[in-house]
Amino acid sequence: MKKLLAVPALAAATLLTLSACAEPPAPPTGTPAPQPSGSTSASAGASDFKACMVSDSGGFDDKSFNQTSYKGLTDAAAALGIQTNEVQSSTTADFAPNVQAMVDDGCNVIVTVGFLLDDATTAAAQENPDIDFAIVDSNPEGSADLENLKPLIFNTAESSFMAGYLAAGMTQTGTVGTFGGVQIPTVTIFMDGYAQGVAYHNEQKGTDVKVIGWNAETQDGQFVPGDDPFQNVAGGKQTAETLVSQGADIILPVAGPAGEGALQVAQSSGGKVNAIWVDTDGCVSAEQYCENIISSVYKGMDVAVSDAITASFNDEFDNEPYVGTLENQGTGLAPFNQFEDKVPAELKTELEQIRADITSGAIEIESAAQPK
Amino acid sequence: MAERRGWAVPWRDVLITLLAFVLAFVVGAVLMVVSDAEVSSQFAYLFTAPSLALGASWDKVSSAYAALFAGSLGGIGPITETTAQAAPLICAGLGVGLAFRAGLFNIGAQGQAVVGAMVAAWIGFSWHLPPGLHLLVALAGGVLAGALWAGIAGVLKARAGAHEVIVTIMLNYVATGLLAFALTTTAFQRPGRTDPISPVVDWNATMPRLEGTRLHLGFLIALLAAAAVWFLMERTTSGFRVKAVGLNPDASRTAGMSVPSTTVLAMLLAGGLAGLAGVQAALGPTVAGTPTPLSAGLVGSIGFDAITVALLGRSRPVGTVLAGLLFGALHAGGLAMQSQAGTSAELTTVLQALIVLFVAAPALVTTVVPFLRARRASLTGTTPTTGGLSS
Repeated sequence: MKKLLAVPALAAATLLTLSACAEPPAPPTGTPAPQPSGSTSASAGASDFKACMVSDSGGFDDKSFNQTSYKGLTDAAAALGIQTNEVQSSTTADFAPNVQAMVDDGCNVIVTVGFLLDDATTAAAQENPDIDFAIVDSNPEGSADLENLKPLIFNTAESSFMAGYLAAGMTQTGTVGTFGGVQIPTVTIFMDGYAQGVAYHNEQKGTDVKVIGWNAETQDGQFVPGDDPFQNVAGGKQTAETLVSQGADIILPVAGPAGEGALQVAQSSGGKVNAIWVDTDGCVSAEQYCENIISSVYKGMDVAVSDAITASFNDEFDNEPYVGTLENQGTGLAPFNQFEDKVPAELKTELEQIRADITSGAIEIESAAQPK
Repeated sequence: MAERRGWAVPWRDVLITLLAFVLAFVVGAVLMVVSDAEVSSQFAYLFTAPSLALGASWDKVSSAYAALFAGSLGGIGPITETTAQAAPLICAGLGVGLAFRAGLFNIGAQGQAVVGAMVAAWIGFSWHLPPGLHLLVALAGGVLAGALWAGIAGVLKARAGAHEVIVTIMLNYVATGLLAFALTTTAFQRPGRTDPISPVVDWNATMPRLEGTRLHLGFLIALLAAAAVWFLMERTTSGFRVKAVGLNPDASRTAGMSVPSTTVLAMLLAGGLAGLAGVQAALGPTVAGTPTPLSAGLVGSIGFDAITVALLGRSRPVGTVLAGLLFGALHAGGLAMQSQAGTSAELTTVLQALIVLFVAAPALVTTVVPFLRARRASLTGTTPTTGGLSS
């Protein structure tokens, strides 16, 4: 038995030995010590200014919510040459210690991601008036009284309304679907806008497109099952399949990483089923599915985060809530990418008109989840 | 049966545990080096420029472990963070361990902790009682809720023969769903908010803490609970019955003990302890002084980690306290590894799992480490049973 193991072990050792004989690329004389690979020293360290971020339980690689916010941090770091640090939370009990860890680390501006962090963020902002705080997707009570806490919120009902209209204009079966990760306002706001966009299409064009997976009146619909729905890709796939079996041929998954399940269903349908992605341009964050993504409802968290950090860097930070809308392009429809030629020109023109009408207030969207 | 080997220090066990840590750190170090592209690329030059590869590896590994140590034991702040993280795990671990000793697999500590946290938090923010009394009532409410939740499984097992594993797992789902639903109702949702988050618990119901640290009453309660469980199991007839039924239900029945009522009793106690873990999560103060408000993820995975804690602690109160402290330290240090050394959250979790794996498998350690192997041969006859369920 031991001899059996010895052969592959020896082979592996030989391979390792051989591969370890390479010459290092001649380093500049006086080689600096290899950088500790922690992201603490991500940029050249040209500045002492440090921007930090605390995620919610999704993690920074969720292809959606946390990842987009994190991109704002790295964008700002690249542009300003500042230092960064970040920490992921695995449970809600981690939020307060994680925010505190960033405070202790000497961060000048701390961005927290998600409404669950608002108590921890508000408390830290009160304790540390010298540090700027920004929180994505939440407008904490009392933030108006705190000069160093800036809420970054998004009215994605507006952009989802356009997505609904687009879906209604593109469907072949006359049924479009949507599902959410968890029934929370930052998710249902997409579904509200989407359903109303479809209804608006029916009203304007006399069509009878059905929305399944969300009922805007009863505020009830289809959500990914399981203990940790946002991470449950298999559950997302199952939910998408249910919608497809009921006739839906365009799906808007509002479920973070679990939404990938809907993209898998679309990909294996041979072009019958397509999806509209959310939070970021799906053709960038999930490019292997690009041929099935009609468009995406982007939520410009990266821009908002990066702007907040830049403002703090330039000493121009204020506590005025940032509300991303169609008007300030904080949210909207991403390019059609591979569907550029498939979306009729007429539909594109109508979408432009809708954008103008929402901005001017001619179209009013009702969603309890909209930022007030 | 508890092994009675006098009060001599079990040097061999201590040595094996220490070596388990060393082995886990070695494997963890290899993983850290391999998983970091920047560091592992330096290994291409191992023989031509060894300082590059070894220096990079050393920086990476030493900074990570230094952060793990600093975050869990390096000073009063980190030590109290460890105790704060450990307290709910100890409580829930005691519950799971107690049920184990009655021959019951209580997989439902999670659900019991969730309902415990719900009730404790609800009493905490919607009732307004005088100081002291408020905390006491909230605490009692949470414990009672956990006990009743587990009691459902106990009664179903005793009266209908339903297997407690299935029932407790299902009750976990029900508890999670119940919490998600409750957070959308006006009774639980914070006024003026559409997010599923509860109001902040009253100051009177918050566990008192040592100012400036994370040491709060909860840890003391956890230690008291461990002492109480020890007393119950070793010094009372009820405890004896629980152990007897766990060892051999048929013999116990023949001896005149009531197996069904012992089962229900064990589940009630186990649930109460898990409920206490939920209370800790709901009423324990954070660094800011106020408890984390109730939300869907408040309890985290305490109930599932508790199963590992109980197994690692061999279902004994002292063992459970130590295992809980280990987990608490790993969790507290893991957060520091992320924030101070930039180790990814996933790798931190893997490292925690490795340490637990090696600590839980002493036989593995003795096999891997040569000089212990020789001694083991001579000790074969007296090698203690190490299965977590042995009682």
